[in-house]
Amino acid sequence: MQEVLADIERWRARGEGVAIATVVKTMGSSPRQVGAKMAVSSGGSMAGSVSGGCIEGAVFEECQDAIASGRARLLRFGVADETAWEVGLACGGEIEVFVEPLTW
Amino acid sequence: MRMGLYDTLKQAITEERPVALATVIAVAGDGVTVGAKLLVWPDGSSEGSLGLQALDAQVQASAVSLLESAATRTVEIALPGETERVVSVFIESFVPAPTLYMVGAVHIASALTALAKVLGFRTVVIDARAAFATDERFSHADELIVAWPDEALAGKLTHSSYVAVLTHDPKLDDPALKVALPSPARYVGALGSPTTHAKRLVRLRAEGLSEEHLARLHAPIGLKIGAKTPDEIAVSILAEIVQAKRAKSQ
Repeated sequence: MQEVLADIERWRARGEGVAIATVVKTMGSSPRQVGAKMAVSSGGSMAGSVSGGCIEGAVFEECQDAIASGRARLLRFGVADETAWEVGLACGGEIEVFVEPLTW
Repeated sequence: MRMGLYDTLKQAITEERPVALATVIAVAGDGVTVGAKLLVWPDGSSEGSLGLQALDAQVQASAVSLLESAATRTVEIALPGETERVVSVFIESFVPAPTLYMVGAVHIASALTALAKVLGFRTVVIDARAAFATDERFSHADELIVAWPDEALAGKLTHSSYVAVLTHDPKLDDPALKVALPSPARYVGALGSPTTHAKRLVRLRAEGLSEEHLARLHAPIGLKIGAKTPDEIAVSILAEIVQAKRAKSQ
């Protein structure tokens, strides 16, 4: 959490919307631990990480959706055969990421 | 605008106060919203709500026990009376890492650094003497500061700080103690025989430290286990630090 606090503060000061993604579950090998966070602003800025770069792109889009819709979602990422190269984890692990707008 | 839960959380993290954040991440059944939040303090008091009093009460209890071990995980809670309704609540512990500040880049500090890391402490070694405080001797420390200890410690000590003063030299020890004893640091200990300690108390009193602050000082440092070697002395110091860390008061 510490690593994204300063960025979130800056974005909020600029009046931008913010969403936070948190790793809530990991199975198998995964680069980031439960509790790892990534924050995204409506202006397109990003801080922190939830994987080794494998799913940040997809999570970024989900964060933008969360800011726009105001709704939180639980996402699951894993190696899913043909989609593996799109948003899969090369390490073969599986993770769950909770994405929520910062409205609390 | 009222202070939201996020701002309260941010303030607690910044001020290094332990707190747990519970979030509903999945729900079976209605009455509870995904994203609902509850902040729980170590004493069991809380702010916010997950939507149901019964749920809040169960999560508070789980959060307090997770906070004690600095753990973060998801708990599945079946709502009372209705077997179908299971709520997944992600509980995150935000607990500052305890930091052990060692004043004096001496042999005992080297042993203490190694053992403290095993117990999960961040380790900071401070010495004004550049010949002692070398990267070669303290490559295993998280931070090595070559400076006068009072300058290095000023403003840094919090409730999760522990200070071991080890130089044997009043020129270095006394300034460190003058900063550490009135600070919120959880533990302050100083190396030296009972005779050395008696002289130290006289000097610190003359410097204006209050009896209340002097009473906080653990000296001679460490639990009495008959330690002789630097490694054994490190064990006795850490045992005393663990005792202070686990003490119920405060």
